[in-house]
Amino acid sequence: MSNVPGDLKYTKEHEWAKIEGDRARIGITAFAQEQLGDVVFVELPKVGVKVSGMKAFGVVESVKAVSDLYAPLSGEVVEVNGELPKKPETVNSDPYGAGWMIVIKMSTPAEAAALLTAAQYEQLIAGAGH
Amino acid sequence: MTAHESGPLKRTPLYDVHVKAGAKMVPFGGWNMPVQYTGIVEEHRAVRTAVGLFDISHMGEFEVEGGDALPAVQRLCTNDAAPLTPGQVQYSVLCYPEGGVVDDLTVYRFDGARFMLTVNASNIDKDWDWVTRQGGGGTWRNMSADTALLAVQGPRAEALVQRLADTDVVSLRYYHFTKAKVAGVPVIVSRTGYTGEDGFELYVPAGEAARLWRALMEAGRADGIQPIGLGARDTLRLEMKFALYGNDIDQTTNPLEAGLGWVVKPAKGDFIGRAAIEALRAKGVPRKLVGFEMIERQVPRHGYRILAGGEPVGVVTSGSFSPSLERGIGMGYVRAELSAVGTELDVEIRGAAQRARVVRTPFYPSKAKKS
Repeated sequence: MSNVPGDLKYTKEHEWAKIEGDRARIGITAFAQEQLGDVVFVELPKVGVKVSGMKAFGVVESVKAVSDLYAPLSGEVVEVNGELPKKPETVNSDPYGAGWMIVIKMSTPAEAAALLTAAQYEQLIAGAGH
Repeated sequence: MTAHESGPLKRTPLYDVHVKAGAKMVPFGGWNMPVQYTGIVEEHRAVRTAVGLFDISHMGEFEVEGGDALPAVQRLCTNDAAPLTPGQVQYSVLCYPEGGVVDDLTVYRFDGARFMLTVNASNIDKDWDWVTRQGGGGTWRNMSADTALLAVQGPRAEALVQRLADTDVVSLRYYHFTKAKVAGVPVIVSRTGYTGEDGFELYVPAGEAARLWRALMEAGRADGIQPIGLGARDTLRLEMKFALYGNDIDQTTNPLEAGLGWVVKPAKGDFIGRAAIEALRAKGVPRKLVGFEMIERQVPRHGYRILAGGEPVGVVTSGSFSPSLERGIGMGYVRAELSAVGTELDVEIRGAAQRARVVRTPFYPSKAKKS
């Protein structure tokens, strides 16, 4: 079973969000990177771009497939992981750490309540694994 | 393809072996096949640096025998099978009268009057119908269900197979085959492949496939053998610019524009499609299949448009990240005047033109044994 840290919030599209005050750090889950396989390309927005909850904010590509990245929360991009486009394999090796993608300043922090808890996300992927 | 995918998926004799090994199984041409075991990049590198074992039992095998066998093969195939000696293999193409491609295949000559044709999995039913209707002679047998096919590919393939074989396979030349026992299993050992590495393809009775697979995995452990899925099979063949039926060639493409003119031999006499292909050759083909690489770190995909000066000039037929070159590479048809090595093109990726360049192919140097 994939690693699902208890202190993060999750989406059904397999992104995670770590709430840090009025900011949220965002990436994709261990389960997501396992399903994708080798990540070879990551396209992220620039600092200053506005993202909306559950709208695409970027793209991740494995050898075989192209997948959209969905923003768990609405807000403005304040940090981008500039290392990822150069080392996309970091998404596979450390999805919750060095493989983070963006940090946003939340415009609607209340949205966080609608995200999945770790327990709910574990249940979701337990169903998807079969 | 679509007709197959709506029906139940077929399984090779190694289905249980793949599931037990933790493979991710996907539909491919009507079959439930392993796309990867540990990861496409790792599997790709295992084949380039050590040895990989592939289940390609989904491919089809037809035999044709009798006094009319050679004339039938000659009528169906674009290449000239007459000079083949027993034990020799040849790459060839089946064409429609209009010059479009029915399938690409390999032709094996057993003796003067017996041949085997190995065809693509997704085309087995179509090809069987085609060869038995259009071949005009010989006794045809569809051996596909009874025959499993394993590929052992990579720089350590030769030594591994030789350790298990009861005959000399080291001196077997490229595109030649022999009967042998490997790990006690009766097989046809063919020095062929779809990876650009040295290695063999082993035709084995379906009921013996699992035993042979396990014996190769066991004996190859010290060589770093890995099972290889269709994902890495695709990236390996793409680095060689080997055409994949349904992507790069099909009924709407002809062998000349696909760069397969070298297997079209009009001097041998008549064959299906000859007149159309000769007319195309005389006129010159307006588009060509090129290999290109992306300048930036971008991945081209099947179906993306190819642009020049902002105008569409072609379409990507195969594209992927190349694990060997660590960049995006692809194949596509472009107008002939844009096909020269060094030509700068763009590939439209999510609405943006991304720079690409036509390059010499294969993209990665072939290590297949040529002597």
